[in-house]
This record gives sequence, structure tokens and C-alpha cells, in this order.
Amino acid sequence: MSTATTHDAHHEEHPSGLMRWVTTTNHKDIGTLYLLFSLLMFLVGGAMAMVIRAELFEPGLQFVEPQFFNSMTTMHALIMIFGAVMPAFVCLANWLIPMMIGAPDMALPRMNNWSFWILPFAFAILLSTLFMEGGAPAGGWTMYPPLVMQTGNAFPFLIFSVHLMGISSIMGAINVIVTIVNMRAPGMTMMKMPLFVWTWLITAYLLIATMPVLAGAVTMLLTDRFFDTSFFNAAGGGDPVMFQHIFWFFGHPEVYILILQAFGIVSQIIPTFARKPLFGYSSMVYATASIAFLSFIVWAHHMFTVGMPLTGELFFMYATMLIAVPTGVKVFNWVSTMWRGAMTFETPMLFAIGFVIMFTIGGFSGLMLAMAPVDFQYHDTYFVVAHFHYVLVTGAVFAIMGATYYWLPKWTGHMYNEKLGKLHFWLSTISVNVLFFPQHFLGLAGMPRRIPDYSVQFAGFNEISSIGGFAFGLTQLLFVYIVFKTIKGGEKATDQVWEGAHGLEWTLPSPPPYHSFSTAPEVK
Amino acid sequence: MSEAHGGYYVPHGTYWPIVGSIGLTTLLVGVANFLNGWNAGEALMVAGFAIVLFMMFGWFGTVIRESESGMYDDQVDRSFRWGMGWFIFSEVMFFAAFFGALFYARIYSVPWLGGADPGTNEFLWNGFEAVWPTNGPGDVGGKFETIGAWGIPAINTLLLLSSCVTVTFAHWALKKNQRTPLVLWLLATVVLGFTFLGLQIMEYMHAYHELNLTLGSGIYGSTFFMLTGFHGFHVTVGAIMLTVIMLRSMKGHFTPDHHFAFEGVAWYWHFVDVVWLGLFIFVYIL
Repeated sequence: MSTATTHDAHHEEHPSGLMRWVTTTNHKDIGTLYLLFSLLMFLVGGAMAMVIRAELFEPGLQFVEPQFFNSMTTMHALIMIFGAVMPAFVCLANWLIPMMIGAPDMALPRMNNWSFWILPFAFAILLSTLFMEGGAPAGGWTMYPPLVMQTGNAFPFLIFSVHLMGISSIMGAINVIVTIVNMRAPGMTMMKMPLFVWTWLITAYLLIATMPVLAGAVTMLLTDRFFDTSFFNAAGGGDPVMFQHIFWFFGHPEVYILILQAFGIVSQIIPTFARKPLFGYSSMVYATASIAFLSFIVWAHHMFTVGMPLTGELFFMYATMLIAVPTGVKVFNWVSTMWRGAMTFETPMLFAIGFVIMFTIGGFSGLMLAMAPVDFQYHDTYFVVAHFHYVLVTGAVFAIMGATYYWLPKWTGHMYNEKLGKLHFWLSTISVNVLFFPQHFLGLAGMPRRIPDYSVQFAGFNEISSIGGFAFGLTQLLFVYIVFKTIKGGEKATDQVWEGAHGLEWTLPSPPPYHSFSTAPEVK
Repeated sequence: MSEAHGGYYVPHGTYWPIVGSIGLTTLLVGVANFLNGWNAGEALMVAGFAIVLFMMFGWFGTVIRESESGMYDDQVDRSFRWGMGWFIFSEVMFFAAFFGALFYARIYSVPWLGGADPGTNEFLWNGFEAVWPTNGPGDVGGKFETIGAWGIPAINTLLLLSSCVTVTFAHWALKKNQRTPLVLWLLATVVLGFTFLGLQIMEYMHAYHELNLTLGSGIYGSTFFMLTGFHGFHVTVGAIMLTVIMLRSMKGHFTPDHHFAFEGVAWYWHFVDVVWLGLFIFVYIL
């Protein structure tokens, strides 16, 4: 590594201050930008969730107008999906992929900069709609016509912010693929890559295949509203349901875009703290690829109730259930990795185990929703809300938090405060279950989603859920505190950080040099 | 400013992305303002477009200078190739959304409106007969006629197919380092590309003025103009790219074994051609 340090000492000249971050082409700088951006969006989207839970604390209208309530649910979803979770995974890709495969940087560093610097603009446009006549978009993040056509002045801004997010994601995905196929160190064959790299490679394919379809769908909305086209207008021979087909052709792969890298993260963390190699590495790779393939042929399970031929209902029902097979392979592999391992329970491991258990709960409620006749009852109820929050909050977000605790010492050179980390985990886990578990019962009892007021028999569970929501929201301030405290200082981290950690990133110093591997390492 | 790391070229810092973001945002906010009927729309659109153009000249200019001064090795070349390949794939998926809309309308929504799904036909538009082309049971946009496949569209097909041959001849010439044929074949490709565009514009004028076929002609007009329109936009971009490649060839850029930009443009041109074949079959003939 000595060559790398002297090398950097000579050439680490970049503009200082703000301009360093605006002009940077360095994968670590860009990763940090993504991390901070996604943390900010997590707090903004979280604040919106607090508004939602406050309004639903008891029946009747308390704090906000129904229109504004609907804006909150819509914006909360768009911000959490495109602003918090996806950028968080891109942050991890930027920080980790070059280090894990032994590369100096991402393959296309200038484009890397652009894919980040589009995002603040896209979200500035989206958030500006809150102050427009007619309010922010309120038709749900799925933007179904004809409802979305009633959006006020915000409408074109919504469409263009989605376009910008799409451009950013596609450039990010192209960069990930090119880096992985072209920048691996000698000897780092595909089947030796860490699973996090594999899951990102597969996710990047999903992104490139689906983000343009979303762009097409919202473009049709735009022309239907402003240029007289009839894509979603039955009087002109079109069909509003057609939007749902195009949207969910993007939308279902999108939900795997939000979870596959989480699988990768957990597959890195569990072997480290079980002190055993991952059980069934190649089956994990094939399972990830199978899930990605299946994600393209299940989209209509989001629309069982809109009117579809019976053959369609059956096909999409069975195809959806098929996904449980590769997902089950993964869950069993994680459990088998832990089986008879010398386990310790540091914060990242707690989040990983929490992920395995609670993601599986979300998976099971997903199986229930996959059954078309059953879905007729559950559709658009709080059961759906509970389901996707189990997979996205206790799934994706928990994995991201676990990853932050796991790799933050490597990035900053400082250990985080283990006691506070564990406290954060336990408070989060308890409150998130208080928050979302009662929503299953609400949904089964028939409470519809996206409503600001509800029938009095739902009051009890909503109250419990709201209390859990506030507790979970407050707990995340602790997370922010821990992250910033670790960035500023703390106990010095060793190069390997964790006793059982294996992989190229742990051979670099903590914090790693500006350009990860100036000379490619030899992988045996 | 920039240097190689372990053989791989890692550029150090660039202002072009932030310029691009500001330009794109200005442009899109301008369009949104314009669509909402607000005042600043046009001015913002023009300013945004100018900034985007400035960014493209600057960014591509930087890359061309670096490439010509020999800073890119084979690995960088491969990165560009993979990047371009997957960019084209994303474009394919963008068109897939619109082809999907066309197929959905023809296979499902129009027949359902015409009685294949008894409910909608009976209660909403009793008596509507499913035919293609159609502007729907509401006769949206009024009566219209369609453009036959064997007039201008067939000529356009021949033009684009020939242009793919000429660009390949140009590539062969480049690989044999024959500079004059290279430029001439590229010139032929550019001329064919712009001729295609001219004919397409004539066809659109004919459709709007004489056939009453507009973007507002129900689902047929929507799919027809959005598919051919986005294709025409891509032809425009491709023809401009070919022009740039031709000018660069005249300045002596590219060597027989180092000419990624040429190949990237040629791939893009073939992609535009393949999309046209899909359009010719599914929009014009069938």
C-alpha cells in the first residue's frame, strides 16, 4: 500500500470547500454525497410520515386537510423510494464496489458525478410542488390516471422530476455494470465476487431495463394532459388500466431494486459475525438472478382487482408465488450460515438478524397477497401497507442501517459507539413492530389505505400504530447522532475492523486512501 | 488536472456535470412553466437549452481532446463500449413502453371497447365496432385518414437501410485507413439521414393538413405520432452525431484501431434503424 499513499500525497489536489464536492470524480466523495443526501431525504420523508401518523392518531380530521394528507402519502412514498433508499444503495455501491473488486475508482467517474448531482435538482423540483397552487401531487406515488390528471400546477413538475430521477438512476446503473465487468482486479473472477457486488450487478440490469419504461409511462401522462393524446382515455380507444400495466412493468422490478442489494449486505454481514463462510454462495447468486428474472413477469399482481382475464389472474398469481422459492433459498442459506457459527452480536449483526426475521414476515404477508382471490379482500387496505413496510423498512432500511454500522469504521477510521448502536437497534426494532404490526389487523378488518379519516372501530390499533410511529421517528435522530459522531471522531478502527471480516476492502487502511487500489491487488 | 492510476485513467474534478444539471433543470422548469401558461416559460426554456448545449460542447470537447492526446488505454475504451451498449439498451426499453402501449391498445383495449368485454361495450359505448385504425368510440379528434405504408414510409425504409450500408462502408474504409472514402461514405450517410428527416416532416405536414391525422386523433394518432416522433427525434440526434464524426474524420481524428466514438455513433445509428423497421411493420404495414 505504500505506493498508493505516496502516489496520493502528490496528487490529492482538488478544489477545497464546496467546489471539491461539486466537481469531485472520486467514488468515495460521491458515495459520501449520496449518503448525506439519502439521510436528509430519509428525515424529510420521515417527517411526512409523522404528519400521516399524527392525523391518523384518532378518527376525525385533526391537523391537516384531506388534500394535504394525500399529498403527504404521495410525497412520502416518492421521497423514500427515489430519495432515500435508492440513493443509499448507490452510496454503498460507490463506496464499496471499487474496494471490493480491487479497482482504483468507478469506471466512468465524470458520469458518476452527474448521476449524483442531478438528484438534488430533481428533489428540489419535487418539493417545490408543496408550495404550488393546487398543492403537491396527491394521487399516490403510482400516479394512476385519471386521478393524477386532477393534479394542479404541480403536474408537469412531478413528471419532470421523475424524468430526472430516471436519468440519474440509469447513469448510476450503467456505471455499476461497467465497473464490475471491466475493472475487476486480476484473479477476481465473477464467482469470486462478494455477494454485495453480485446483487448490485443484477440490480443495475433491472434499473436499465425498467427506468426507461417509467419514463415512457409518465411521458404518456404528460401528453395526455397537455397534447391531446388518448393513451389512458377510453373515449379515444385507450385505457386507464394500460397505465397500470406499463407502470407496474417498471414498478415490480423496482421493488426488487429496493431489496436485492439488501440481500447482498446481509450476505456480507452474517458470515463475518458467524465467523463462517457464507453457506451456498453460488446458490445465492443463482437465486438473486432468478428473483430478478421473475420480477419481470409478475407485475399484474398489483392489479388483481382492476379487471383482467381469468388466465391473467392465474398466471400472475402462480408466477408471483414462484418467487418464494429463490427467496426461501436465501433465507435458509442465511440461517445455515449462522448454524453452529461462533456468533457475536455487534450492531450490524443485530440489524442483519432483524432483517432476516422481519423481512421474512413481510415475505409471508406478500405470499398471502399473491393469492388472487384473497387479494380481492386485501387490495388497497392497510394490510398492503403493513406488508410493504415490513419489506422496505425492516427489510431495506434495516439492511442499510446495518451496512452503515458495518462499514462506517472502514470509511471514517473511527468505531461507532457500540452501546448507542445497540440501543438504536432495540428501540428501532420494538417501535417499528408497534408501528406496523397492528396495521395487518387494520387491513384485515377492512381499513382502506390513503384516507385521512376512518371509522371508529379502527381507533385502537391506529393509536398504537401512531405511538410506534413517533417512537420510531424519534429513534432515528439517535441514528443521525451516532453517524455524525463517528464521522467526527471516536476509537481508532483497525484495518480489518471486524475479527471475522474477509474481502479486499478490509485489506485497505481505515480510512482507505483517496484512490482505493492504485495497483491492482492479486486475488487468488 | 488528470492522471492515470495503475494504468487506469481517472479524471480529477469536472465542472460539466453541475453545468448539465443546472441546464437540464432550467430547461425542464421552463417547459413546466410554459405548460402551466406562466410567463417565464419560453425564456427559461431557451436559457436551459443553451446551457445544455454549452455543457455538451464542453464535456464532449474535453473527452475528445483527452482521447486525441492518447490518454485513454484499452481498458478505458472497453468502459466506453460497455457504457454505450447499455445506454442503447435503455433506449430500447424506452421505445418498448410505447410499442407496449400500441400492442395493448390493439390487442386488448380496442377489442374490449368493441364488445369482447361485454360490460364496457354495453353500458358505455353500445354499437362501437372495434376496428384498427381507430380514434375510439368518442370519435376523438374527428374523422381522419392514415398514411399508407408504400409511399413515403417505404422510401424512408430504403433510405435508412442504405444509410446503414454506407456507414458500414465508412467503417471499413476507416479500418483500412482510407481517409477520403471514409469522409465520403460518412457524408452519404449524413445526407441519407437528413433526407429521411425531410421526408418525415413532409409526411407530418400532409397528415396534419390534409388527412386530419393529429396527435389528438384518439389512440391511433397518439401511438402513431409518439412512436414516429420519438424515432424522428432519435434520427435527428443520430444525424447530428454522424455530422460530428464526419467533421472529426476530416480533421484527421480516429486511427484504424482506436475509434470508439465512430463505433458508438454507428451502433446508435443501427439501433435507430432497427426501431424504424419495427415501426414500419407494426405502425405502417399491419
